[in-house]
Amino acid sequence: MQSIYALLGALPLEAMQFDFMKRALLAVLLLTPLLGLLGTMAVNQQMAFFSDALGHSALTGIGLGIILGVGNDLVSMLVFGILWALLISVIKRTGAASADTVISVFSSTSVALGLLILSAGGGFAKYSSLLIGDVLTVKEQDLMWLLLALLGGVGLWMAMYNGLLLTSINPSLARSRGVKTRLWEAGFVVLVAVAVMLSIRWVGVMLINALLILPAAAGRNLARSARQHALWSVGIALVCGVAGLLAAYSLNTSAGAAIVLCSAVCYGVSLLVRSVRKG
Amino acid sequence: MPHACHLCHIELEHVSVSRGGQELLHDVSMHIHCGQLTVLIGQNGAGKTTLVRALLGELKSSGSIRHVNEHGREVPHLVTGYVPQHLEFDREMPVTVADFMAAAFSRRPVWTGVGRKTREEIRQALSEVEAADLVDRPLGRCSGGEIQRVLLALSMHPAPDLLVMDEPVSGMDVNGLQLFLDTVMSLRKTHHMAILLVSHDLQLVREYADHVVLLDKTVLCQGQPDYVFESPEFHRVFGGGEAV
Repeated sequence: MQSIYALLGALPLEAMQFDFMKRALLAVLLLTPLLGLLGTMAVNQQMAFFSDALGHSALTGIGLGIILGVGNDLVSMLVFGILWALLISVIKRTGAASADTVISVFSSTSVALGLLILSAGGGFAKYSSLLIGDVLTVKEQDLMWLLLALLGGVGLWMAMYNGLLLTSINPSLARSRGVKTRLWEAGFVVLVAVAVMLSIRWVGVMLINALLILPAAAGRNLARSARQHALWSVGIALVCGVAGLLAAYSLNTSAGAAIVLCSAVCYGVSLLVRSVRKG
Repeated sequence: MPHACHLCHIELEHVSVSRGGQELLHDVSMHIHCGQLTVLIGQNGAGKTTLVRALLGELKSSGSIRHVNEHGREVPHLVTGYVPQHLEFDREMPVTVADFMAAAFSRRPVWTGVGRKTREEIRQALSEVEAADLVDRPLGRCSGGEIQRVLLALSMHPAPDLLVMDEPVSGMDVNGLQLFLDTVMSLRKTHHMAILLVSHDLQLVREYADHVVLLDKTVLCQGQPDYVFESPEFHRVFGGGEAV
């Protein structure tokens, strides 16, 4: 770890003189590629609203964790996020209402329930940092978790991508070729839930979805193939992650917000490029 | 009951499908012979797609579906190729024809690229259906006819014992249709597989089918096209079959 710190410290950047900025940079380098990869499928499957609802459920997860006496916030968020994601998928599949209605019901319910529990006795202030997150508070131990999440997430993504791609194009065709469509769809929402919950303390409930969706949406405007989509999405996520963090240091403002704004600019540019290409 | 024969075939015996307390198919018995084009006809709601889904194993059915070889022995594993009616997908999705086919052909995740060997396999599969030039085209920019040819190429790998096509020609222009059916007929000859086609186009059925099955929850009539088209059951269902 010390050698990585020394390497980062040798960069000609004022921000890299501080260990908290080095840890923040490493966290961004570990977080953004996984979100960038998962975002490609979330965008292609029109799941932007779903992942937004998932982010909001973090508040409920923590609230229920407190009621049930779970000591670790992250465990409460992860368990609740996974169950919540699976429940939304199951109800969406029953076709009881349109997908956006189901997701909206779940999103508002989870926000209300989370606020109800966390603000009981006027104590919401200590949780308000969850809303905007703070990547500058990352500890070395957190970096290990993020590294594990990145390696595990990419490994799973390699195993499930082809089946998911076929499923997103035609589920019957996918099943006729031996793809376990339900299993992969459930695997995908669980993976998104884990990535979102692991990132939420650093990026915040309000911005996490943008980090998942914006780079992939921008990449989609520029790419012609699945490989190009992944490359553009991860590239934009990494570049905006680093640029946003450094800009936030210079401007003394929220890193999450600067990263998301940088991604939004990339999205705008990608739209322009796309319209020029289409002539 | 279908007559006994000495060719390999897919044998459906007393197949019934129920869902939510409603019987969707009742006691369907038929043979789909290798090297023949069997066409399933019937009105909307007659259970054609239900039968296709039962054959694909998507719907639970009672009765038996067996693959029997030319010596009358059961072959344990039935490889089924499937060409769906149409693909309803996001046409702006950045996925090329090669990406789509590689997702089915290869274990390597498509987002890391398509390997040279897989690409060559895909090109060969596409040339069999006269679509080699589509390999690098984004899937969303292919016409309906081109997508059906891509799906046909995909369904032929691995070589199927039974090829199931659910209304694959609806919405295709005349040239695309002719090319698609000629390709299917040539594959039938070269690969000697059993083909089951669901079609509403009775003119087409009469021209191309070897065996026709008229369905209305159960088999009303089956046999050679002329026999079925002149049967009282056909006239009852299609009101004289003025389309033919």
